[in-house]
This record gives sequence, structure tokens and C-alpha cells, in this order.
Amino acid sequence: MSDDIRSIETVDESLMADHGNVGDAAFRGISTGSGGIIMVILAAVAVFLIAQAAPAITTGDPRYGNLWGYVAPYLFGTIWISFLALLIAVPVSVGIALYISHYAPKKLATPVAFVVDLLAAVPSIVFGLWGITTLAPMLVPAHQWLTEYLGFIPLFSGTASGTGRTMLTASLVLAIMVLPIITSLTREVFLRTPKLQEEASLALGATKWEMIRQVVLPFGRSGIVAASMLGLGRALGETMAVAMVLSGGRMISPRLLTSENPNTIAANIALGFAEADSGGVHRLIATGLVLFAITIVVNMAGRLITGGPRKESR
Amino acid sequence: MSTPANDPRAAAQHEAEIHLTAGQLPGYIGPAVFVVALVVSATVLGLLGAFGWIATVLLAVIGFLVAMFALSTAVEGRRRAVDRIARYLILGTFLLALAPLLSLLFKVASEGIIRFDVTYFTSTKRNVIGAGGGAAHAIIGTLITTGMATVFSVPVGLLTAIYLVEYGKGWMKRVITFLVDVMTGIPSIVAGLFAYSLISLMVGHGSKSGLAGALALSVLMIPYVVRNSEEIIRLVPDKLREASYGLGVSKWRTIVKVVLPTSVSGIVSGVVLAIARIIGETAPLLITMGFTASMTTNPLPTGGSNMVNPMTSLPVFVFYEYTRPGRPQEAFLDRAWTGALVLVLIVMVLNLIGRWVARKYAPKINR
Repeated sequence: MSDDIRSIETVDESLMADHGNVGDAAFRGISTGSGGIIMVILAAVAVFLIAQAAPAITTGDPRYGNLWGYVAPYLFGTIWISFLALLIAVPVSVGIALYISHYAPKKLATPVAFVVDLLAAVPSIVFGLWGITTLAPMLVPAHQWLTEYLGFIPLFSGTASGTGRTMLTASLVLAIMVLPIITSLTREVFLRTPKLQEEASLALGATKWEMIRQVVLPFGRSGIVAASMLGLGRALGETMAVAMVLSGGRMISPRLLTSENPNTIAANIALGFAEADSGGVHRLIATGLVLFAITIVVNMAGRLITGGPRKESR
Repeated sequence: MSTPANDPRAAAQHEAEIHLTAGQLPGYIGPAVFVVALVVSATVLGLLGAFGWIATVLLAVIGFLVAMFALSTAVEGRRRAVDRIARYLILGTFLLALAPLLSLLFKVASEGIIRFDVTYFTSTKRNVIGAGGGAAHAIIGTLITTGMATVFSVPVGLLTAIYLVEYGKGWMKRVITFLVDVMTGIPSIVAGLFAYSLISLMVGHGSKSGLAGALALSVLMIPYVVRNSEEIIRLVPDKLREASYGLGVSKWRTIVKVVLPTSVSGIVSGVVLAIARIIGETAPLLITMGFTASMTTNPLPTGGSNMVNPMTSLPVFVFYEYTRPGRPQEAFLDRAWTGALVLVLIVMVLNLIGRWVARKYAPKINR
């Protein structure tokens, strides 16, 4: 009898020892601390960038004037090329998403989605290599044709580049790179279209395309906009593909087909950083700060439209 | 034989055929018209002396769409014609996306195979002037930096995910979720600038090292790990947790012994996919790690007079081989392409492993 009681007591004690409040508190502290580390890291990114950029922000350079004068052409290039890339990528992505969600046979839908995800997996340096060696030479005849016959349009004016390393080619490469993100997000939204509404539309005699225009696209509109914003965020920050494909300089020119193009902020940093002197490094970091600020605003806008956090492409 | 005019039954049938079902184009007409369009456009361009693959296909596609729209409008009616064109265009967008992927994979494979030999993986570029040599130093560099980034990121990312699912509430949870979103959007080059600034302030200006590169990669990797793990941990059914609490097990033991083992396959898969995401990163390493032709295994920054302890990673190696070739140029370009091939292979294998782990070891949760 007393032996039994003792054994129960020991068992109880061992349980007590195992799940004491100490372990719980410690684990809670550690995981909360990890969440805190995220805050610290982001604060550190902002603080260190500002600290390193400060010399360039406060003192101008005689060659470029103040920081704004230096960064403006690159800012223009960044926004212009991203805009062009989105112009190409959004309609194509919506088409692919529709194909996967509504047109492809059930058996094909998963492999097709996988193929699109493969595009997302290719490293950007490989896109750069491919763009400069395959796509650019392939597009040279198109450049010549466009300048010859459509040269009266300001965008196509000027002398056609002989290498194809132009705004047009670079924005095409960029479009291919942001395609998977926009596709996977819009695909998810399209798949969530209420089945009953789709069937109601078809039952009223709508063709498939009419059903998509009346039901699927209106339902997915905010999703398309949000996906485009996230794609834009990606395009703004893309570095290596642009650095390799675009033959860029420091200018403001919207022309698509010449060999004189405005470079982007990110590509300018990547290409100039190794050779920059101390002042140049501060200036480049300051431009990086500008890029950081823009991408944060664009990404926040994208998340706000979706109405909450959402996962990116997978 | 009776004509419809004097046989009322046949007349009614004829009438019904006209009114109930409109005309329909047979299934083979699409491919047939496309082939015709291809031939016509090739001939026309050939006669004009402007034959080219892209132009031919482009012209054929336009001709095909116009012809099909006209045919379909005539036989099936305008609404069906629009539907048909929309279907072709949507299929077209998919093929349009497929083309660059195939072209890229073909180019990388065909150019990369030239130097895909044992020497490439066993020797460095130290003292190599022309052909020969390899990228062993770059591959080791990639493994070291990616490994360090993984070691930094997985604990922080996983524990943050646990916090968000199991403990988080109120403003701190909202803020952290939001910041993880913001972090996902950080351009990789900005992460590189951050790591450079951090190490510069700590060690001295111009310091380059593997550690700086690993820090930059961690900034990029942590949000992926958080996002993937959070999603998986959230999938663990509450009844498992409650069963554990019901047995008197404390919260932290429940997490360690029940929640994590249930979701381990998803977490591992998420980490592997996150590694696949960052292993091809070039820009941040370009500005944080410097460049060398020799083997470096020490990733720590050196202080004192020599600030630069360069380490090469594979993407950076590819970049410099291509953009700053020596003579003969071919040797450098071949090395660059093989590097690209190795990168693509690594990323694809990691992706396949990630998906395989997720599927193979998925817990059987009845939901």
C-alpha cells in the first residue's frame, strides 16, 4: 500500500519536473525573441543603409549635383523598364492562369503549373546569359524592321542597336522573370471563383469566354491588380538580368530600340560597386535606399489590395 | 424518294436542324488551317526574301486567327467565333511562356556540356590563363555561404513561425507578419548593401568576406522559411494539440513532441525550396564577397591592413567569366556556361527533392 503511494508520488514528481513552467517560459521566450529578431533585422537594414548613405545625402558631388540629380536617370530607367515588363507580363500571365484554371484538361493542369514554376526557379544570372546570347541577337532583325517602318513613332525612333541589348530586349527578359509570380497568384484567385456563378452563367447560354468575362475576371480583378503589384516589386529590384542584357548609361530616354538606354538603380549598383571609390560607394548605397523605399511602398500596396498577407509564388 | 416540299415530316426535320443547332466546325479544322497558314506565310516571306523563323510564325499566327475568325463567324456565328479566338489566344499565352523556357534550357544544356567534366569540379582557376581549370573554388564557396545562410535562417525562421502560430497575439503578431511580408519584398541587391554596410561598420570599410555574403543571403532566406513553415504548422489539426494538453503535457513539449514531428516533412520541404531560391543569387554576393580564382575556405572577415578576404560563389564566377573573359575567349565562355548548367541542375534537383519530401513523408492527417 505505502509502496504504491510512493511510486505514484515519484511518477507525479517526474511529470512535474518535466513540464515545469521553466521550460514553457523559456521556449516561449526563445520563439518570441526570434520574432523580435525579424524586427531588429529590418530596423538594422534601414539604419545601416541610412548610416552608410548619409555622406552622399548630405554632401553633393560636383559632377552630379545633389543625390537627386544623380539618382533621377536611374530611377527613370528602373520604373520605365519595370512598367514595360509588366505591360508584357500581365496579359500573358492572366492568359496562362486562365489556361491552367479553366482550359487545360485536369491531367495537364498540374504539369503546366509545374513548368511555369520552373521558370521561377531559374537563377537570374542564367536568364542574363540567355538574354544576351540568345534573345538579343534573335531580336536584332525585329529592331531594324521596327526602326525602319515604325520609326515615326517616338518610342521606336533612333538608330537600331546592332547587338539587341536594348530596353525592348531587357524588358522582355524581365517580363519572363516576373511571369511565374503573377501567374501563380492570379491562378489561385481564378480557382476560387464560385462554381455556382460560373455554372449559372453557362446555363444562361454564355459561351466559355463570355462566362470568363462576366464571372471569372470581375471576381479576380483585385487579385490581378495585387499580383501585378507584387510582380512590379520583383521587377524593380531585379538586378543581374538587367545588368547583363541592357547596355545602359546615365540618361533619361524612353526609346526602346537604340543602344543608349537608361540603366536601372539595381544594375547600376551591381556594375559599379566593385570599382567605386569611397564616395561612390556611399552614393550607390544611397540609391539602394531609394530603391528599398520604392519596393516597400509597392509591396505594401500589393498586400493592402489583397486585404492581408498572402504567400508569394511557390 | 420524296422531296422535303411534299413530305411534311421531312420538312419538319429539316426545319428543326436549321433552328436548334447552329453549324459547327469540325475538330480538325483548327490544326488544318494553322498548317495552311504556316505554309502560306513561309511562302510569302520566302518570295519577299525576308524569311525568318520568328517572322514566319508570327505572320502564320495572325493569318490563322483572322482565317479562323472569318470561318467561325460564317459557320458558327459571331459569339462562338469570339469564344474560339479567346481559346486560341489563351492557349497561345501558355505556348508563348513555354518557348523561352525550352530555348533557355536547350541553350544552357548544349553550351554547358562542353566543359562538364571532372576537371571542372576538382580544380580551381588558380594560375589558369587560357583553357582548362575549373570552378571547384566557386562551388565550395557557394556551399559554404549557402550553408551558413541556412544555419542562420532556419532557427530564426522556424521559431518565428512557431511564435506566429502558437504564441503570437495582438499587435506584435500583426507587426511581425507585416514585417515578414516587407522582408519578402526586399530586393536582393539591397540585402547585399545591408550586409556590406553592417560588416563595414563592424570591421572596417571595404571589408569583403563569405560571412557578409551569408548575412545577405540570410536576410533573403528568413522570410521564405517563416512563410513556408508557418503555413505548414498551421495545418496541424488542433485536436492533436488538445489531445496532448488533455494528457497533461505542457505547451512547449506539445510543440516539440507533437506539432513539429507532425509537420516535419513540410518544414524540411520548405527549407529545401528556400535554399533553392537563394543558391542562385548573384547580386548581393557580387558586392559583399569580392572575387578570387583560388580556393578560400575561411569565410570570416579579416581585420587589419588587408580588408578583403574574397570568396567566389558559382553565380559570381559565371558572371565574371562571361563579362570579363581573357584569351582565348571561348575557354572563359565555356566555363561560364558550365557554371550556369551546374546552377540550373542544383536548383532543379533541390526543387524536386523539396516536392518529393513533401509528398513522400506527408503526415496522414484526416481532415
